[in-house]
Amino acid sequence: MATVLRRGDDDPGGSGRLPAAPVIVALAAVLLVTSVLAAATGAFHIPPADVLAILAAQAGLADASANDARASAVLMQIRLPRVLFAMLAGAALAVSGAVLQGLFRNPLADPALIGISGGAALAAAWAIVLNTRLLPGVSALLGPFSLPVAAFAGALLAAWLVQRLASLDGATSIAVMLLAGIAISALAGAGIGLAAYVASDEQLRNITFWQLGTLSDATWRTLGALAVLAGAATCAGLRLARPLDALALGEAEARHLGVDIEQLKRIGMIAAALAVGTVTAFCGIIGFVALVAPHIVRIACGPAHRLLLPACALAGAILMTLADIVARTVLAPAELPIGVLTAFIGAPFFLLLLLRQRRLWGA
Amino acid sequence: MIAAARWLLAALALAAGVAAADAPRRVASVGGAVSEIVIALGAEDRLVAVDTTSVYPERLKLLPQMGYMRSLSAEGVLAMRPDLVLASSDAGPPTALAQLRATGVPVVMLSPEHSLAALRRNVQTVADALGIPEQGRALDARLDAEWRTAQRNLPPSAQRPRVLFVLAHTGNALLVSGEGTAADAMIRLAGGSNALAGVQGYKPLTPESAATAAPDVILVTREGLANVGGASRLTAQSGLDLTPAGKANRVVAMDALYLLGFGPRLPEAVRDLATALR
Repeated sequence: MATVLRRGDDDPGGSGRLPAAPVIVALAAVLLVTSVLAAATGAFHIPPADVLAILAAQAGLADASANDARASAVLMQIRLPRVLFAMLAGAALAVSGAVLQGLFRNPLADPALIGISGGAALAAAWAIVLNTRLLPGVSALLGPFSLPVAAFAGALLAAWLVQRLASLDGATSIAVMLLAGIAISALAGAGIGLAAYVASDEQLRNITFWQLGTLSDATWRTLGALAVLAGAATCAGLRLARPLDALALGEAEARHLGVDIEQLKRIGMIAAALAVGTVTAFCGIIGFVALVAPHIVRIACGPAHRLLLPACALAGAILMTLADIVARTVLAPAELPIGVLTAFIGAPFFLLLLLRQRRLWGA
Repeated sequence: MIAAARWLLAALALAAGVAAADAPRRVASVGGAVSEIVIALGAEDRLVAVDTTSVYPERLKLLPQMGYMRSLSAEGVLAMRPDLVLASSDAGPPTALAQLRATGVPVVMLSPEHSLAALRRNVQTVADALGIPEQGRALDARLDAEWRTAQRNLPPSAQRPRVLFVLAHTGNALLVSGEGTAADAMIRLAGGSNALAGVQGYKPLTPESAATAAPDVILVTREGLANVGGASRLTAQSGLDLTPAGKANRVVAMDALYLLGFGPRLPEAVRDLATALR
């Protein structure tokens, strides 16, 4: 850990740092390939050459009349916003996961595991139910942002609760954090159940759809809202690299290095909750991306946040885009909820992590 | 000469386009009753894909399946290259339907009402969308005739049995249907009275509410009855065992889509239910 600090502090020019540029370039290249693959794959068959032709026509570089109008509509109205949506959501989740793990100084801090997604889902479920009944004024005021705002509030509350419950004398207890997460998730589950009970048939459908996690609501409109909110949160998270590296040494050490711990925690929590809340509001609970992406990146290029955070953004985008390709095609013409898929991949991964760390906690 | 040939080709293309718009050849059907109407109209050969609720006739399961009607994927539906999507009012999510419309595929939604009038409207809507209005009128006349026959079979209004519909499709939770549900409409049409009058929609069954409802007959779907494990298991449920239906073990089970679908088999289903309730 000390080396991390020295590298960041003494050597800002970067001769002794991890080879950041190649890692980022490689990940960006993989993301590019993945996104092209995602744009060219789907239940509706569009040959890759046609994908390029349609994109070129959209950019005004080629004649649009040569293209199949329906293929063009599928690509531009359905698939493209969805691919971009998956990338953004994946990046936001992965960065928020890495930030939370940095803040808690614990690699198991996944927003879904520690109840933050549950808090967001609870708030959003009630927002769906109360939307037309009690808060028509509020929903009219916030428009398409009312659901994300509610989810953000729920996520923030859950994050704050977990942090308060899990920290004692400045140290975060892993066990307490996970158990608090279980308790908060259970509470959120009960609250969602209550919302489902009083919900109308249509609202119930909306709530059910959420709990499974799906990207089928991705349109240019929702993409815009996600880009503004989750984009801002991700950027805020990326800027925390240096203080998070200092915090990795311990709170007292970080304070000596001039880091405002309270401010770091505040900003980190708000950024993570905003990212998770927004993604949850639009796609429901998509677990484990925030856990898996940072771990893979850490294995590849170490724990220094300066590289970890941007690499996580790219890795999260890649993972989510790949998962969505599978979700869209495996049951075609029907669709698998992506949250189910990420849980199937992520939960065994989490167990593996537990097994590896078991020895550490055994005592 | 060339100009004339071009004009001719253009005219032909236009005519072909109009013909295709008039009579869709590739129909994606969403909803069990919707698919039944298409088949009753004699247009089964145009169906290219159905949803998972389209289970009658059995052979529909051999067509490409577009998933559950409430969680359609716009791209999945479009992959079937339909030139018409016929959908029950329950179909969704709204985003997927909007995306389908945005790509220029006509999406025709049917009426959600649980009545003969709505069924007849839906038949005509589907027939018109398929470009076969005469078949629609023929089916309508047939339904009307069948309906009159079914009505003659109804029990006299003095002895309307109290019927409680129990939905047992998910795990252990039994739901009962209040007013505004398909089951409520069927019970009334068949000459019964809903034992759960005054309650709106589907509600979880509680022992006390079951005893209060005091039904003479318990109506279930065949699938639901299989889930519970048979009629005697159902009537042994706490609360239901105290009712007249429970004591006499009077349980009527019918196929879910047949009973609640409000498709072209409605007159038949009403007649069967009325007979069973006597």
